[in-house]
Amino acid sequence: MKPPPFEYLRPESLDELCVMLAGTENAKILAGGQSLMAMLNLRYVFPDVLIDINRVPGLAGIEIKRDRLRIGAMTRQRKIELDPLVNERAPIVAEALHLVGHRQTRNRGTIGGSLCHLDPAAELPTIALLHDAEIEIAKEGGRRTLPIADFIVDYMTPGIEPNEVVVAVEIPLWQDGHGYCFHEFTRRHGDFAVASAGCLVTCDASGTIDKIAIAVGGVSTVPLRGVEAEEVLSGTSGDDATVEAALSFCDGLDVLGDFHGSADYRKHVARSVLRKTLKTAISRARDRLGGLN
Amino acid sequence: MSERSIELTVNGRSYSGTADVRTTLADFLRHGLGLTGTHLGCEHGVCGACTILVDGVSARSCLMLAVQAEGSDVRTIEGLAEPNGDLHPLQTAFRDNHGLQCGFCTPGILMTLMELLDEQPDPTEADVRDAISGNICRCTGYQSIVAAAMQAAAELRKGRRA
Repeated sequence: MKPPPFEYLRPESLDELCVMLAGTENAKILAGGQSLMAMLNLRYVFPDVLIDINRVPGLAGIEIKRDRLRIGAMTRQRKIELDPLVNERAPIVAEALHLVGHRQTRNRGTIGGSLCHLDPAAELPTIALLHDAEIEIAKEGGRRTLPIADFIVDYMTPGIEPNEVVVAVEIPLWQDGHGYCFHEFTRRHGDFAVASAGCLVTCDASGTIDKIAIAVGGVSTVPLRGVEAEEVLSGTSGDDATVEAALSFCDGLDVLGDFHGSADYRKHVARSVLRKTLKTAISRARDRLGGLN
Repeated sequence: MSERSIELTVNGRSYSGTADVRTTLADFLRHGLGLTGTHLGCEHGVCGACTILVDGVSARSCLMLAVQAEGSDVRTIEGLAEPNGDLHPLQTAFRDNHGLQCGFCTPGILMTLMELLDEQPDPTEADVRDAISGNICRCTGYQSIVAAAMQAAAELRKGRRA
């Protein structure tokens, strides 16, 4: 028997789930299980109660309301990856999802599970941060919405209380034809990234960058926004020299060293991954806006 | 009381049994139902040996609890060959191309490829490599596995046209 003993609860409505969360101590929520089940099997976690939310209706689904993409917390990663609306309106989400684990893990793994696990090298928290996503959270007798910057508290620590559950993530959509790229370096396909980077960008009619968002993952304890790099590139044509100048943002990063490589190596990889990401996103913005420049 | 009774369909046949709630689906298939064709390597979702189909999609059976499969339609390696022993085209292709040596990873790879070939009857070699990227094989170097998958895809397409 691999996992330690626990009491198993399987709520069948969100209300029932919230009551269970309020009434239990040391409970863990089982979503897709692609991280938690491994941690149970390895006995890294010892919950007294496991609350399996796979049969709670209404927690999965993808919809676009006005200019916001809303994805239910229990939506499987592979559903999102293959969704035509997501591919059309937020292609970076699908591009990043293709790099999440493998098809067998994406079939089960959920967006809410990945956000709450908050592995610094995971793709979905970086994508959420890049978009200034908002996290919808429920508890008994209440709901609240938390900006992703506040949701990401620290290393593998999401900003939710033990009696709360993430029910959805809302991603503000960028205008049609925006440039995008998500790129990462791993030693083997599907591994956690040594470094990853995402970029969203739009250019005006003259080819000048009028809006840009940059985020990096895998290098520090949490995914980070590249605010300095965004400032360097905003209002420029995004030429190669400016991209190089923007990369100096990586020099100031507090980088983790681990068995994948030393901090210096990871910083080097981050620079290289970010360079490729920025160049691809900027060139796609130009191509998608009708071949400007 | 941590035991639960579980009813599910495996390879078209109804099964019922009881399992401790912390039993993984992989252990339930192997120990509870005696279906030992599903192999367990790493038991934390990395090696892919335990891959099965749950309600039509591939999943790591070491990363699911048996109780979660209650009411599900599960397919395992035991369901591929005909009851009279005739091999599935995918199995034949693996034999023809030396797609296995020790065979430990083979059930997981075949179940992953069942899903791929169902979704994409005419995959490229790159599609096959992407699909089996989550299945670790330490014997073959993958080349013969990819060749087998391509042969099986061609055979299955012929079967669909006939």
